[in-house]
Amino acid sequence: MLTFPPATGVRTLTHPLAYDSPDRPARPSGSAAPILSVRDLRVEFALRRGVLTAIDGVSFDLAKGEVLGVVGESGAGKSVTGAAIVGLIDPPGRIAGGEIRLAGERIDTLSEDELRRVRGRRIGMIFQDPLTSLNPLFTIGDQLVETIQAHLPLSGQQARERALALLVEVGIPAAAERIGAYPHEFSGGMRQRVVIALALCAEPDVVIADEPTTALDVSVQAQIIALIKRLCRERGTAVMLVTHDMGVIAETADRVAVMYAGRIAEIGPVAAVINEPLHPYSVGLMGAIPSLEHEASRLTQIPGAMPRLSAIPRGCAFHPRCDRAFDRCTAERPPLIAENGRQVACHLYGDAS
Amino acid sequence: MTQPPVVRVAGVSRYFDVSKPWLTRVIAREARLRLRAVQDVSFDIARGETFALVGESGSGKTTVARMVVGLLTPTSGHVRIDGTSLTDGGRTAETDRLRRRIHMIFQDPYASLNPRWRIEHIIAEPIRAFDLVDSKAAIAARVAELLELVGLHPADRSRYPHEFSGGQRQRVAIARALASNAEFVICDEPTSALDVSVQAQILNLMRDLQDRFDLTYLFISHNLAVVRHMANRVGVMYLGRIVELGPGRELFRAPRHPYTRMLLDAVPDIAAPGRSDREIAGEIPSPIDPPPGCAFHPRCPLAFDRCRREVPPLIDGVACHAAR
Ligand SMILES: Nc1ncnc2c1ncn2[C@@H]1O[C@H](COP(=O)(O)OP(=O)(O)O)[C@@H](O)[C@H]1O
Ligand SMILES: Nc1ncnc2c1ncn2[C@@H]1O[C@H](COP(=O)(O)OP(=O)(O)O)[C@@H](O)[C@H]1O
Ligand code: SF4
Ligand code: SF4
Ligand SMILES: [Mg+2]
Ligand SMILES: [Mg+2]
Repeated sequence: MLTFPPATGVRTLTHPLAYDSPDRPARPSGSAAPILSVRDLRVEFALRRGVLTAIDGVSFDLAKGEVLGVVGESGAGKSVTGAAIVGLIDPPGRIAGGEIRLAGERIDTLSEDELRRVRGRRIGMIFQDPLTSLNPLFTIGDQLVETIQAHLPLSGQQARERALALLVEVGIPAAAERIGAYPHEFSGGMRQRVVIALALCAEPDVVIADEPTTALDVSVQAQIIALIKRLCRERGTAVMLVTHDMGVIAETADRVAVMYAGRIAEIGPVAAVINEPLHPYSVGLMGAIPSLEHEASRLTQIPGAMPRLSAIPRGCAFHPRCDRAFDRCTAERPPLIAENGRQVACHLYGDAS
Repeated sequence: MTQPPVVRVAGVSRYFDVSKPWLTRVIAREARLRLRAVQDVSFDIARGETFALVGESGSGKTTVARMVVGLLTPTSGHVRIDGTSLTDGGRTAETDRLRRRIHMIFQDPYASLNPRWRIEHIIAEPIRAFDLVDSKAAIAARVAELLELVGLHPADRSRYPHEFSGGQRQRVAIARALASNAEFVICDEPTSALDVSVQAQILNLMRDLQDRFDLTYLFISHNLAVVRHMANRVGVMYLGRIVELGPGRELFRAPRHPYTRMLLDAVPDIAAPGRSDREIAGEIPSPIDPPPGCAFHPRCPLAFDRCRREVPPLIDGVACHAAR
C-alpha cells in the first residue's frame, strides 16, 4: 500500500486516497533491479548542416527511491537525456541507439499512444518553468482532476478529493480555497508546488525533474528541495534531478552523474564525487564553485568552454581543456570504467594507471 | 580606508508609480499605487574596495545600482561620487568627468553590446567618446592591449558579439569598462547567466583587474557564495531595505539579522550538505503592500509586538529590534 506522508505531524495514518493500481507490475522489492535503466543511449539531431550527436553512449541505472543528480554545464546533454526517457524527443531529433527500460520493460520503442500512458502515469515530469506544465485557462483544481482521471479510474468526486489532498501535501496554504484559482494567481514557488502535485498525482515510479528550482529564489528553492526529498523518501519514488547547481545536488542526491559533451564523465555516490572527484572535469568543476564554507583567493579555472556539438574534439572530448591530457587522450575515447567506488571515463584510471 | 569614500549613498529611496491608467482608476475608484522599490538605503564604498549588495529577486538591488550610476533619480536621498551628485544640479563639466569614471556591467552582456558593431568598434567607442587617445593607430593598439588584458585574442577584434560565448561577451563588456579608464565599476549580476567554470574565469579576471588598476566595485548578486568570494563588505537587502551591513567575513561567519541567517541556511553548499534541512518559512511579500513595521516579521522566528509596529533602524550594521 502506498501512503501519503504526514504533512507536519498533523495527519499520520495511511491516506484514504492512496492508490495502487491492479494493472501495475509489482515494484521490485529489493534494491537489486533498477526501476529505470538507460543503456548506451544515443540521441541525434539531423540538421541541414549534418547529423549532430547530442547524447553519445549514456548508461545509468536508477534504483527505487533513489535521487540521481545529473550535473554539467549548459549544453552537456542533461535535458536531452531527460527528454529521451519521457519520449519527448521531437524531430529533427531521434533516439538513434541504446535502450531505456522502466521496471524491466522497454519504453524507448513504444508508440506515441503507449507512451502517453507511461508519461504522467509512471513517469512524472517537473520542468524549470512551471508555466510550461500548467494551462493558464484552467484552474489548478481542474488540471489536477483531469490528470488524475486520465491515469486513474476514479470518479469526479474521488479525483477532486485526491487533488485537494495532493495540494495540502505539497504545502499550498489554504488549499481548499485555492483549488479553484488559476496559475497566474500563484507565486513562482507555489506554481512549482502545484506542478509537483501534478507530477505525483498518479504515483509515478520515476520523476524527471529538469532544473526544478533554477528560476526560484534561494529561500523558495530550499523549500522545494525539501519537498521533493520528503515526497520521494516517503513514497519510494525515484528521481532524476537535472541541474547545473552542484549545491542542490549535494543537498538532495544519493548519486550524481557528471555530464560533459553528451557523455557521462563520472558517476558515483554524491559525497565521493564532490569531495574526491576523479575525472579532471569533475575536479575543475568542484574547484570552480565558490563556497560559503571555505575562503579561496582564487577559484579553480578550467580554460575554454564546452565544445559545440558540431565540433566535439576527437578522443576524450575534454582534452583541449584538460591540464592532464596526454597523447592517448587525443586519439582514443575513454570508456566509463569502475574505479574507487564509482565509474569514470578518463585514461588516467584503469589499466593504464 | 583612510581615503574619503568614492561612493556615498545617503538615505536613498525610490518609489515607482504602478497605478492602473488614470481612467480605469477613477472608474474603479482605486487609489494610486506606489511600489517602494528602495527605502532609506545608505552605504559608503572606499577606493579599491568591493562592496556587495545581496538579496533575493525584487529586493531592490538593480534599482540601487541604477541610481548609483545615474540612470535613475532617487525619490529622496543622495548619491555622491567623490562628493558630487550626478543627478542634482543638472549636467556640468564636473558630472561629465565623473560619469566617465563609472561604468556598469550587466547580467546579459549581449543586451549591452551593439550586435552590428565589430568588437574593436565596441571597445574603441568609449576611447573615442572621451578623447582618451587621438590617433587611429593608438586606438587600435589600445584595443589590442585591452583584448589581451581580458583574456581574448587580438584577432577577435574583427568579430561580432554573436560569434562569442556568454563568458567571452562578458570579457568584452569588461574590456569596454577598462577602455573608458573607469575606476568605479558597478556589476549587476555579472556572472548569473554563466556556467560555473566560466563564472570562475570571470570572477578571477575581475579580481586580477581590481588589484592591477585599483578598481572599486559595487557588486550585485543573488548568489551568496559568489558575494562571499568577491566582497570586502556586504549589504543584505530585503524588500527595499538594507537589513544587515558589515564586513563579509563577519557577516557570513556570524550573521546577526534573522533574514541573513535564513538566507545562509537556505543556500545549498557543496561543502556543507544538510545545511538547508533547516525549516525555511514563507515567501517575500509584495513591495506594493509590504508588512508594517519590520517587513520581515511575518517570516521571522523572533518577531515580537514591536516588530509589527516599528521599522527597525539600521544601527551598528543590523536593522532588527531583537539584535539589541
Ligand atoms: N531541438 C534541438 N535541435 C538541435 N540541437 C539540440 C536540440 N535540443 C538540444 N540540442 C543540443 O543538444 C545539446 C544538449 O542540449 P541539452 O540537453 O539541452 O543541454 P543541457 O540541458 O545539459 O544544458 C546542446 O548542444 C543543444 O544545443
Ligand atoms: N521601472 C519600474 N517600474 C515599476 N516597478 C519597478 C521598476 N523597476 C523595478 N521595479 C520593482 O522594484 C522592485 C525592486 O526591483 P529590482 O531593483 O529590480 O530588484 P532586484 O534587482 O533586487 O531583483 C521590484 O518589486 C520590481 O518589480
Ligand atoms: S582522458 Fe585524458 S583528456 Fe580526458 S579527462 Fe582524462 S586525462 Fe584529461
Ligand atoms: S525586527 Fe523583529 S521581525 Fe524584524 S528581523 Fe528583528 S526580530 Fe525579526
Ligand atoms: Mg537543460
Ligand atoms: Mg536585479
